[in-house]
Amino acid sequence: MSDITTSELDRRTLLRRAAAVGFASVPAVGMLSACVGGGEEDTTEQATGTKSAENPLGIDPKTGIEVIIFDGGLGTKYATDVDIPLYNKKWPESKVTYSATQEVSTVVQPRLNAGDAPDMINNSGSKLMDFGAVVNAGQAQDLTELFAAPSWDIAGKTVADTLVPGAIEQGTYNGKPYAVNYAYTVFGLWYNKALFTKNNWTVPTTWADFTALCDKIKAAGIVPFGYAGANASYYMVRAIMTSAGKIGTEQVLKDIDNLKPGAWKNDAVLKAAEAWAEIGKKYIDKSFLGLKHTEVQLRQNQDKLAFYPCGSWLENEQAKDTPSGFEYSIAPYPSVTTSDQLPAPALNAAAGEIYFVASKGKNPRGGMEYLRGMLSKEAALEFTKLTKSLTVVAGAADGQTISPGLTSANEAVGKAGKDIFMGYLFDTWYKKLDDESRIAANDLMFSDYNAQKFCDRMETAAQKVAADSSVTKFTRS
Amino acid sequence: MRHGKYPFIIGFLAVPVALYVTFVVAAYLQTFYLSVHQWSGLGPMKYVGFDNFVKIWDDELFWKSIWHHGYLLIALPLVTIAIALFFAFLLNVGGGMKGGTTIGVRGSGFYRVVFFFPQLLALAIVAVIFGRVFASDKSGMLNGLMPDSWAPWLFLADKRWAMTCIVVVLIWQAVGFYVVLFSAGMGAIEHEIYEAAALDGATKFTLFFKITLPLLWNTIQVGWVYLGIAAFDAFALVNIMSVDRGGPDGATSVLAMMIYRNTFDYSQAGYASAIGVVLFFLTLTFAALTLRVTRREAV
Repeated sequence: MSDITTSELDRRTLLRRAAAVGFASVPAVGMLSACVGGGEEDTTEQATGTKSAENPLGIDPKTGIEVIIFDGGLGTKYATDVDIPLYNKKWPESKVTYSATQEVSTVVQPRLNAGDAPDMINNSGSKLMDFGAVVNAGQAQDLTELFAAPSWDIAGKTVADTLVPGAIEQGTYNGKPYAVNYAYTVFGLWYNKALFTKNNWTVPTTWADFTALCDKIKAAGIVPFGYAGANASYYMVRAIMTSAGKIGTEQVLKDIDNLKPGAWKNDAVLKAAEAWAEIGKKYIDKSFLGLKHTEVQLRQNQDKLAFYPCGSWLENEQAKDTPSGFEYSIAPYPSVTTSDQLPAPALNAAAGEIYFVASKGKNPRGGMEYLRGMLSKEAALEFTKLTKSLTVVAGAADGQTISPGLTSANEAVGKAGKDIFMGYLFDTWYKKLDDESRIAANDLMFSDYNAQKFCDRMETAAQKVAADSSVTKFTRS
Repeated sequence: MRHGKYPFIIGFLAVPVALYVTFVVAAYLQTFYLSVHQWSGLGPMKYVGFDNFVKIWDDELFWKSIWHHGYLLIALPLVTIAIALFFAFLLNVGGGMKGGTTIGVRGSGFYRVVFFFPQLLALAIVAVIFGRVFASDKSGMLNGLMPDSWAPWLFLADKRWAMTCIVVVLIWQAVGFYVVLFSAGMGAIEHEIYEAAALDGATKFTLFFKITLPLLWNTIQVGWVYLGIAAFDAFALVNIMSVDRGGPDGATSVLAMMIYRNTFDYSQAGYASAIGVVLFFLTLTFAALTLRVTRREAV
């Protein structure tokens, strides 16, 4: 999912990227030619071995694999220090060629087109490849076998059995799994627990409590709620969508994903937009529209902002700027109405951070085996320790005290129980609709506070996508 | 030696021509080819004829971007050339006559260097710096200068002014180059002409409009074409400075940004190429038109 990834764009990356953009700015027309080429005709010979209990995926133990990791907020240590050694311990003769990049699409896409695909790719970052297009071009390996294979280190279970609900669904395109979404992200309202305890503020569960608390916070001279309009408006989209989901169940979001006519005009979406528009009108700092996520997050670290809508990567992302005594904590979005279909603790939590195997590489089986290693309990726990991010391997981090934010997220997941929903996928499926939603959310929260306009605008955009034959459609149920 | 002329010329031209054909002509041809196809950037292409162009015609954002280019096309050359001419005149003629030659205002050697500074900075760096200048909260330079009691101005986050902020930066960066260009042009004007005019009692104002401007016309014309073409770009600044890359709500969208986003974000390389083709013709038409309209008999 792009959520995790764009957020990791720190200032330094921005500068570096800015510099790169500067070079590319003049020949805007010619740059398209960088990605010409079909990639249909390649017939690379692919390595296989004999399947056995020790080798359920039937890899050739002597053939190497090539992995490409996105070098962003999660770092690369989990790959170099955990996953690769783990793989090599089992397959010492299979050499792992490792590299890391910040620009996945620039580095990998031409190689896919040229028929020189790396085996395992971490498709992430603000320059990630459109994964729908990758699947559609037949460049991603069907991972059914991987999920059916026995787990690396949990006896008696298949890989699929060891994962949290919805983890495989997230990477499923038209009925077949093509990606491992490895990191498990919990979304909600983040606040500083220490600040709230000091002021005797209690975390709201109803909308009336929420606005009442916002008034108190405002009176204390702190901005009650805010997000960065310049590059993180999709955090706000997620907040609105989550509220809509809680009002009318996940079905509302499924209809939206399936581009069902009228989905955006559903009463749940309208009510959610109305409730949030009021927050925008009364409690947001207008200048946030021009700020970047790191700037707004810094404000929160300085206790100048109370609630911030975000995913659980936030704590790790802000680790360097978080003063001591600041305790990240997460609250589920409060119920909007008294007749919300889902209870107040209901949460939006989703698997993100795509890892996939190239179907036309030299060693797709080796790539799958590498992923099987990543999905072991051992690797998952180390990943969580290194990145402060939960993984889709269920319960891998239970009983560990790693950081306040992570503990809080883990607890919230426990409290929500069965009322965890995966959310929506239209943002990854239809980037254009994703963009429209960001613009509409900014308008709703910063300039016109018009919920009806928000719904109408999104409905029009969704139907435009539905009618566009050049966009590949996906469905979920 | 005459028989060796052609191999000699060909030897010189082969490399640049090969480079040009590979990296410019071939790229354009591919763009034209892609523009009539539906292609995601990966996998097979589908021929769709002029469908992409019909889609462009119906695309609201496209017309918004065209509107922005129109704005840039008028504001950027006009303001830049006016400021650059003014400065160049001051630097070269503004100081009056001395020892039979025209000289600039005091310290003009120093200003000449200072004006050129912005040109030395990479556009990306300029964009990042001005992103801070125009920041929408109190941390921004301009907002920081205002009294504390004022609500911060939104600048780039304000739909009405976002594009103007971009134009201001483009002008700031371009002026230095045109000062140098026009200074060179002014240097080429015979001193005797100024001298004669001054003897006839011409004021600085008359000198500028009756002598400098007409004699500099060719140079200005070239500057106009350059700036006009620059007005069809503005990609780097928009990409780095603007809210939501081309926002808020498309308020700073430009064609190059649309091409980039359609290619890399929306996987619509065919559509993006079609926009590229439109941009190509727009630029070409503009250059041809300007050269025709501003053509003028030698004075």
